[in-house]
Amino acid sequence: MTIPEPEKSLEEQNRIIQEAGQILSGFSRKRESLIPILQQVQSRLGYLPREAMTTIAEYLKVPAIDVYGVVTFYNQFRLNPPGRHSIRVCLGTACHMKGGYITLDAWKRRLKINPRETTPDREFDLDTVACVGCCTMAPVTVVDNKPEAQVEPTKVDGILLAFGHPVDTKDKEKSESR
Amino acid sequence: MTKDKETVMLTMNGQTITAKSGTKLLWAALDNGIYIPNLCAMRDKPEPEAACRLCWVEIEGRQSPITACTEPVAAGMVVNTTGEKALKLARTGFELLMASHALDCARCSANGSCELQKIAKVLKCSLKPKRFRQLLRGLPVDESNPLFTYDPNKCVLCGRCVWVCRKHVKSGVLGFAHRGFERRITTFGDEPIGKDCLNCSACVKACPTGALTMKDGKKKTDIA
Ligand code: SF4
Ligand code: SF4
Ligand code: FES
Ligand code: FES
Repeated sequence: MTIPEPEKSLEEQNRIIQEAGQILSGFSRKRESLIPILQQVQSRLGYLPREAMTTIAEYLKVPAIDVYGVVTFYNQFRLNPPGRHSIRVCLGTACHMKGGYITLDAWKRRLKINPRETTPDREFDLDTVACVGCCTMAPVTVVDNKPEAQVEPTKVDGILLAFGHPVDTKDKEKSESR
Repeated sequence: MTKDKETVMLTMNGQTITAKSGTKLLWAALDNGIYIPNLCAMRDKPEPEAACRLCWVEIEGRQSPITACTEPVAAGMVVNTTGEKALKLARTGFELLMASHALDCARCSANGSCELQKIAKVLKCSLKPKRFRQLLRGLPVDESNPLFTYDPNKCVLCGRCVWVCRKHVKSGVLGFAHRGFERRITTFGDEPIGKDCLNCSACVKACPTGALTMKDGKKKTDIA
């Protein structure tokens, strides 16, 4: 398993390194700066591409694997660019009881990505959340910041259709919950 | 730190032993032929990792057991490494570790020199404890390095390989990443171990289990 990132042009890579560099110049080369740096770079770029992580590691003189370790530890950090639409499947207690995992499986199957990933066309990104405060609507999926109620697999298809996303029903039975 | 090099006397399992002041109990015990289960401790590490939670001992006057790798010796200390309370904690820790261990000793090149086998014997515990439901990690085995194999499914996350790797390669090839059950020893971007690796095999030698093993069948003790 490697960083599941879309291909980038050399130009894009250079832009990332340059933007990360600009942010870095405002920080001292101390290990404690790592998390604030990651937060700022992510808010600028939308995610933490590998070029940004290696640039940060060099600046702070820490092993790149340690930057990667922090990025993969905290949920707030993303390794993938955000999609045009964000899909957040609630797996809080109520949604879990109401089959949140089945809903998540449906999203994974339809979008063909895992949580914390983005579709190759950058249309959708998928992630999970733990309770968004409207448990009576369980199972909830937050679509572009709007909580949708009773999102069962058929409703997943409905939401995707409304976005004009073709729903491929052939793989309907291929659930592979992790 | 003061540079007091004086020796102190203490009692361990009824035996009087001496150790340099400042030494941690674990090393004092091992130097005197008393084995305490341990996976994550390394002598030259300034701060003990204290991650494996197996090295429990009981100290007279203390309410609860203490990890031997973090506690310095003190004059007149009375230590028991075989107390029931300490063993109970160690066994639970060991059982939890083994509940997600891809056990296959017969085909493992660590067979016979594996620290887990030794610990199981000392704790009088099975390598395949029944108390906790088994939950295997099912991670891919990394065969990419020309000299050694890394099987994360046998890793106990002791961190010894990470520590020695950084002594050889400043930029560090190995490290920890991901969280919870997903946590593993890996490289930047979870790439195969190969890039930036000096093939020094120091990590293989440091590994107490069969997670890092030589491809040519060499035992860890044979590595120069
Ligand atoms: S690492 Fe140790 S306990 Fe695990 S299979 Fe190999 S020899 Fe057995
Ligand atoms: S690979 Fe070996 S040395 Fe490294 S953390 Fe795992 S068990 Fe410990
Ligand atoms: S558990 Fe899903 S909204 Fe509360
Ligand atoms: S050796 Fe003491 S906690 Fe691992």
